[in-house]
Amino acid sequence: MEDVEHIPVEMKLIDEKGIRLDGRRFDELRPIRIEAGVLGRADGSAYIEWGGNKVLAAVYGPREAHPRHLQDPARALVQCRYNMAPFSVSDRKRPGPDRRSVEISKIISEAFSAVVFKEQFPRTSVDIYIEVLQADAGTRCAGLTAASVALADAGVPMKDLVTSVASGKIGGVVALDLNKEEDNFGEADCPMAVVPRTGEVVLLQMDGHLTYQEFQKAMGLSLSATQKIYEMQRAALHRKYSVTLEQLLKEQAAAPPMPPEPGDEKDVDFDMDLDQGGAP
Amino acid sequence: MDGSRGPSRQIVIPGEVVGGRGLKPGIGTFSEGGRIFAAHLGVVSERDGSVDVIPLSGRYIPQRGDAVVGEVVDIGPSHWLVDINSPYPAPLHATESPWEVEFGDTGRHLNVGDVLLCHVLGVDEIKRVQLTMRDEEARRVQGGQLLVIAPSKVPRVIGREGSMITLIQDATHCKIYVGQNGRIWLDGRDEDIALAVRAIHLVEERAQATGLTETVKDFLSRARRGG
Repeated sequence: MEDVEHIPVEMKLIDEKGIRLDGRRFDELRPIRIEAGVLGRADGSAYIEWGGNKVLAAVYGPREAHPRHLQDPARALVQCRYNMAPFSVSDRKRPGPDRRSVEISKIISEAFSAVVFKEQFPRTSVDIYIEVLQADAGTRCAGLTAASVALADAGVPMKDLVTSVASGKIGGVVALDLNKEEDNFGEADCPMAVVPRTGEVVLLQMDGHLTYQEFQKAMGLSLSATQKIYEMQRAALHRKYSVTLEQLLKEQAAAPPMPPEPGDEKDVDFDMDLDQGGAP
Repeated sequence: MDGSRGPSRQIVIPGEVVGGRGLKPGIGTFSEGGRIFAAHLGVVSERDGSVDVIPLSGRYIPQRGDAVVGEVVDIGPSHWLVDINSPYPAPLHATESPWEVEFGDTGRHLNVGDVLLCHVLGVDEIKRVQLTMRDEEARRVQGGQLLVIAPSKVPRVIGREGSMITLIQDATHCKIYVGQNGRIWLDGRDEDIALAVRAIHLVEERAQATGLTETVKDFLSRARRGG
């Protein structure tokens, strides 16, 4: 593990050519990989690797809200728990909720409240669990992005996916998606979450200072990056649901081995008429 | 499935456009600014000028008239509380049972842990559910096996006008009762049940594939010949 505490302060976070410590330009994202449906017990789940971040998200519900006095007779609750594993950072993180994770849980649940059709499920709760396995700055954005895929995987009705990314200021330059060193030694960090279809902002925070112009620029960077991340979220969901279709046509877990029939594989198609089934 | 195939359908995710003007937003969709969007993950189905998104996942939400398989979880003096695999608890009132129940004597007829076949009598706007057993199908089950599948796959297991479930029933000589809540009760000889369970799992896993009935027919006849 790199000892980031002892990186000399005079080190430049971004050089004259506009190249950052990890070789990115100011408007580049770290590599992102999203996988949907990774947990068997949860109603929906997703796993994301975002640069050095590794985050799992699980969604349960809508389910009966407990304790009962929290139930809302008119709509569902959207509850979230953001938690960092003790081993997610180089110094052991003391387990359990702290001021920071309570705050992040609150803002993430509020971000999803804006998109979930809560009125369809009165008296229930939709529970989102975000577990940070490895942290490298921007975990709330990674967690939110993964949780959004998990919500879709769970079949929860919502207006759109939510996509999140941070931008900030390092070495006097406004840059997208800060990593750990940039977050620790940069001047500002500004995570935001948007609804990609409408451009609605559902989460906006800032740590440090940006001028109005810098903020405008940061927001522009984030907004264009969310479109790329949104495509990755979409792709993850498509992959999960089309893989299950294709796989199942080839290997049949429930059936005894059958000789593969020619032309069987290309027949991955849907049949509209099968949805008309009622009770027998 | 009789070879007739609908137009191939695509998987949509929440917020994806599924239709525009001239179409009506159906189940699983919402409209905004004259366009129709998917509300949940599913496949698009367009018929009679309205667009639906058929879910591929999600919880069971009770609807009036649904046949469900429930498990008694609590007893009150004049009702039983039944778990129907949904976010909402479902009471079955003593007057909706097929028996003459004296006040406070509910435990004589149904006890905690009993499984019953019943129907959803009604669901109000805040999703208060009521069950009924006042019909011929409804009863407390004894023996047999309970199988749980994803509620979103239930229409496939039943098939069009019950074709799939009749096929499995005829081939395995099992009694099968499919609840809309994803619980299936089967009764018959152990090996027949095992076969039926495998056939149902096959349907569940290949729910979106075409030629499903053929596949299941094939599977059942092979299994019959093999065993």
